[in-house]
Amino acid sequence: MKDTHTKPMIVIDQVVKKFGSFTALHGISAEIREGEFFSLLGPSGCGKTTLLRVIAGFEPPTKGKVAIGGKDMSGIPANSRPTNMVFQSYAIFPHLNVEENVGYGLKTRKMSKADIARDVAEVLKLVDMESYGKRKAHELSGGQRQRVALARALVMRPEVILLDEPLSALDKKLRDQMQVELRSLQRSIGITFILVTHDQEEALIMSDRIAVMFDGRIEQLDTPEGLYRRPVNRRVASFIGVMNFLPAKVLGVTDQHVKLDIAALGQIDVPRHDIDPAFDIEAVDTIGVRPEMFTLLADADDTAQMKVQGEVVDSEYYGDMTYYSVRLAGHDTPVTISMRNTAGRSVVPPGSQVTVGWGADSIVVFKE
Amino acid sequence: MALRFDREAGQGLRLISLTLAYVLVMLAAPLLMVITFSFWTQDYLTIDTTLTLNNYREAWGTPIYQVLMWRSLKISLIVTVVTVLLAFPIAYYLSFHVTRRKALWLFLITVPFWTSYLLRVFLWKVILGYNGVLNSALLGLGFIDAPLTFILYNLNAVVITLAHAWAPFAILPIFVALEKIDRSLLEAATDLGDSPLRRFFRITLPLAMPGIVAATLIVLIPTVGDFITPRLVGGTDGLMISNMIQIQFGKANNAPLGAALAVSSMVVIGLISVGIFLVGKKLGGRVR
Ligand SMILES: Nc1ncnc2c1ncn2[C@@H]1O[C@H](COP(=O)(O)OP(=O)(O)OP(=O)(O)O)[C@@H](O)[C@H]1O
Ligand SMILES: [Mg+2]
Repeated sequence: MKDTHTKPMIVIDQVVKKFGSFTALHGISAEIREGEFFSLLGPSGCGKTTLLRVIAGFEPPTKGKVAIGGKDMSGIPANSRPTNMVFQSYAIFPHLNVEENVGYGLKTRKMSKADIARDVAEVLKLVDMESYGKRKAHELSGGQRQRVALARALVMRPEVILLDEPLSALDKKLRDQMQVELRSLQRSIGITFILVTHDQEEALIMSDRIAVMFDGRIEQLDTPEGLYRRPVNRRVASFIGVMNFLPAKVLGVTDQHVKLDIAALGQIDVPRHDIDPAFDIEAVDTIGVRPEMFTLLADADDTAQMKVQGEVVDSEYYGDMTYYSVRLAGHDTPVTISMRNTAGRSVVPPGSQVTVGWGADSIVVFKE
Repeated sequence: MALRFDREAGQGLRLISLTLAYVLVMLAAPLLMVITFSFWTQDYLTIDTTLTLNNYREAWGTPIYQVLMWRSLKISLIVTVVTVLLAFPIAYYLSFHVTRRKALWLFLITVPFWTSYLLRVFLWKVILGYNGVLNSALLGLGFIDAPLTFILYNLNAVVITLAHAWAPFAILPIFVALEKIDRSLLEAATDLGDSPLRRFFRITLPLAMPGIVAATLIVLIPTVGDFITPRLVGGTDGLMISNMIQIQFGKANNAPLGAALAVSSMVVIGLISVGIFLVGKKLGGRVR
């Protein structure tokens, strides 16, 4: 974490949002730091957009409050907040051309024509759209529209830019490209970004920190690595990437380790330094292992900490990677194992008997 | 290439041939007849078919026709402005503030229009008349000492009656245009700092312009040619050009002059419509 990321830009304090009798947000609290790229990640309907709209001022919170740049935003309408939004549908004004769209907010600020033209040209250059100034919304591609929407927010120089799934309408290739561009743009201008997405990969690639939401609550707020390596519960674990779950029993706890009996993997001492001290370790009943933490061992390869026998049930070939479904001895549900297709390694056909290697430090513990 | 194009064109022609025939017989033929008539001359009971511009000279040169034409335009423009101005808030309310049962509301707006137009005009006479509902009520409440006379058998009555009659035809296109406005555009305008009023003039109104233009034309064009309303509630200074056209074709037995008056008013209203369309397009910021 860079030290510019220390001042809180947005403080969300116990925000509750009800729509009639339905509660969309159950007391959300979070601090978003200045200059941070922050993502709200969660499945459809978990309240990401609602939280973003509460921050933008489009929805008043039922309870709780939001402060931006140290100022309480209660009662301050959306048009007076230091935030600007990039809408999911981009909301490009159809009767105005690109320049007029981008200059829209500056005109409201009563800036001179020359100043507006200068700022608009500058920001259009930044998003690589300088030759499209006279085009109308319907004459632009999805990616270009997205850039215009971003430029329209950027040109306002807000303290925070809010983005509601800005890339979901783009095809995969353009999306990958825009993810990188957006991230580097945010780094270079240093404005705080809050991105809503339901795409975990997108969140992991772009964010400094991610809040994972389920059913109107933040389940975990952490860095991408923290979320991936130390998910706090099974729901977060299976939402971020792939996780193999195996039932486990606690045999004993020491200061350094917890001794577990894990289905198919057997007894093992798991180091405690990665486990949250507040976590009730006696209650562990499941462990998780990421697919890449398992290895299909070649005969010569003998460096793995632990080994277990298994049979390949199925495989999916992705070019650079192969995902195997492997049934481990003594456990019915197959586990997923991913292997990088490095030189000299051939794809193991289904039905093969294999030795699977794994390590104690790759284990994440969960309780019900 | 040319061959294929011809074949495609032929196919298209066959596809629309029925509609085309209908349009030709029902619209183009009568129109052509009226235009042709306007260049002939009525010679007592027979028609002199030598082509002449005399009818037009009379139509455009005679003061009475000029007065009637101006008055028709004035009345229909007032009616249009009044109707559209009243229709807009209704359509706006329906589109933006009614969240449930919009269809029912629209349906209710059309209810008064299930009865015949004639009946509704007569009802306006009952309401606006010397001993009418309005006057009796105002007298009874002591607001006035003598019945108001400026509300029936004059221009005002024509405007009131027509504005009421055409209200739903103005509400509907405006409503549709407002419904089509993506609500996130309005939020985007707010997000960029616009107050609700500013946003209305910068986003809502320009995007509703196609509906407003449609409503304007839908009301303006038929009201210029209306002759029943002025006859029933207009008195003498509420008479319009169509009443004169009707007289020429009927009592006066001068169909060619009537035709020339009809064609003249058609041309005038056509030009005005094109003008309104162009202005609307410009105001609407070239909305597609
Ligand atoms: N105006 C509203 N009235 C009633 N319920 C609403 C309203 N807006 C949102 N909700 C409900 O609140 C919940 C959260 O909605 P929200 O739009 O925040 O979800 P989301 O996380 O953005 O989902 P998605 O990924 O599908 O966009 C949903 O169950 C939704 O039905
Ligand atoms: Mg959403």
